[in-house]
Amino acid sequence: MSNENLVSRRGFFMKMGILFNGLVAAALTVPIVGYLLSCITRGRANAYLSWVPLGPVSEFPEGETRLATFRNPYVTPTDGKTADTACWVRRIEGEQFQVFAVNCAHLGCPVRWFQQSSLFMCPCHGGAYYQDGSRASGPPERGLFQYPYKVQDGLVTIQAGELPTPGASASLAGKKPSCA
Amino acid sequence: MRLMAQIGDWFDRRLQLAAPIREVSEHPVPRNTASWWYVFGSAALVVFLLQLVTGILLALIYVPSGSEAWSSLQALNHDVTLGWFIRALHGWGSNFMVAIVLIHMVQVFLFGAYKFPRELTWIVGVFLLLMTLGMAFSGQVLRFDQDAYWGLGIGASIASRVPFVGATIVKLMLGGPIIAGATLSRFFALHVFVIPGMLIGFVCLHLLMVLKLGINEWPMPGRLVKKATYATEYHELTKKDGAPFVPYAVWKDLLFAAFILLAVAACAVYFGPFGPTGRPDPTIIQTVPKPDYFFLWLYALLSLLPPSLETPALLIGPVIAILALLLLPFLSGEGEKSWRRRPIAVLTVMLIAVTLGTLTHLSGFTPWSPHMNAWSGDPVPERFVHGATALQRQGALVFQVKQCRNCHSLGESGGQRGPALDSVAVRLTQDQLIRQVIQGGGNMPAYGKNLSPAETTALVTFLETLHPAGQAPARDASRDVVLSDAQEKRPGAQP
Repeated sequence: MSNENLVSRRGFFMKMGILFNGLVAAALTVPIVGYLLSCITRGRANAYLSWVPLGPVSEFPEGETRLATFRNPYVTPTDGKTADTACWVRRIEGEQFQVFAVNCAHLGCPVRWFQQSSLFMCPCHGGAYYQDGSRASGPPERGLFQYPYKVQDGLVTIQAGELPTPGASASLAGKKPSCA
Repeated sequence: MRLMAQIGDWFDRRLQLAAPIREVSEHPVPRNTASWWYVFGSAALVVFLLQLVTGILLALIYVPSGSEAWSSLQALNHDVTLGWFIRALHGWGSNFMVAIVLIHMVQVFLFGAYKFPRELTWIVGVFLLLMTLGMAFSGQVLRFDQDAYWGLGIGASIASRVPFVGATIVKLMLGGPIIAGATLSRFFALHVFVIPGMLIGFVCLHLLMVLKLGINEWPMPGRLVKKATYATEYHELTKKDGAPFVPYAVWKDLLFAAFILLAVAACAVYFGPFGPTGRPDPTIIQTVPKPDYFFLWLYALLSLLPPSLETPALLIGPVIAILALLLLPFLSGEGEKSWRRRPIAVLTVMLIAVTLGTLTHLSGFTPWSPHMNAWSGDPVPERFVHGATALQRQGALVFQVKQCRNCHSLGESGGQRGPALDSVAVRLTQDQLIRQVIQGGGNMPAYGKNLSPAETTALVTFLETLHPAGQAPARDASRDVVLSDAQEKRPGAQP
């Protein structure tokens, strides 16, 4: 007759085995989760928030909007051409600029500049923006994303290592341009 | 022959699989389920197997690297013998798989097959649908071209709208701050390891339940499902009126599966592989990204929803849809199975089909998008400027140069974002035209800052000529009435 309170030797070892596996699994979970989340945490402060040059100020005539390209400051060996990014640079006058992401504030398609009508138009869902980036019509809920810029040693430099998205624009100079 | 039998015996003595296989294949099914309506599940399975095989074949050549994926697809298309055909089979196979899974689901829904005791089979099926769509999207990403690149951007833009954690989700999805090599690598892992692994597991579970619970009997109007009696009734049905699955029902599955494979192969040969379109170079912005056909309805919906509804619809809509599908067998797990007695079920299917069909159709010609090249590519048809004055012709020039044409059509060419202007003068008076051009409104940008007074005058003069012959342009007739009324009623004017 067995006593219900008594733990058998076999039963004890099985429980120990399960416990041991649980401990090892928990210990392994930490580095695995750390590895999976590394894309969120790594390089946050420095690498991709550094300043990138777009070219000398003289390349951007006053009163005009030009397409400029830059290579992302955060690059991995397999990125290829995807690390190259385009942006629209509007030189208002002197050292006063506006640097817009090409990504539409609706769903990120590349907007095109039409100088004659002074409009940015998006080919996907028909968003349109005025020359100062403010929303003109269509589905976008806000104006174009703007990168923070500064003029340094005669070069226009911007801070643009991150894909601008409607929800995550807080890190960009996302102040809404005034309505035209 | 004897040798074959001996070898077979040798294996079966060790594997002991012959008896269970015989039992499974000869299990009785209700006689009237040997119908052409019951072939879609097995067809989906066969296409899935085709995808597994062609997927492995593609992986022999494909390089999941942001810098080389596109070139390796070009090599598959042009350099590797019959590489184009394997790509086309895989691409068309995915289209067929989405379509067949959807048809299978509609059939199961209309035949009430999700009711007791097959609730879990349905729920597993819902997850299989989601995984199929996940495979479709991730597969589109692996075709690492312009559409894939900007499609990922759209995915990221949608994900970023999740409150609080949106930015984190975007980074997790992209594998970093931008769409780049890491993004492709993780979608490769999803498409080749994670989702297929889950699919295989769930397909086995799905099939196991079909075998354990039996195929759904042909629904008869008035034969209600009751939890207490269903098992006995079904047992009776298969016993009294049953027939062995092999060969009684299986031949239709076999024929249809072969027909579907042939159809996939025919499409592959005739239409060829999908893309890749342009190189995934984000500095090339002269592109009009579009998703594959099973997501076109979403593409259309996103341009037609009012902006304020978009984020809630994107975030809450899918949750509600998936919950509704998962809860369906619990909300109507008993009762009538036949579509003849379930008008709401039939109407729901029809409504969803018409909605998705209409949205997909609309996405074919995207009336909501400006035609980016209309202003330079589509000249004003001659009849609109024939015999026009110099000022009117100047206006036609302004109309083209200021890209009005990108959104407004004339003579059926040009954008459809705004109304066609062939007879705009009938609708708007001169004053209204000037106001509309300068202030915009009704989804039109304001051109006040961008047109000189002379250009505005010329443009409006041209627009005023746009009315059918024999139909007078709009005239502000109210002005006379208002002026004369005002004179009469001046003492008692309304506040």
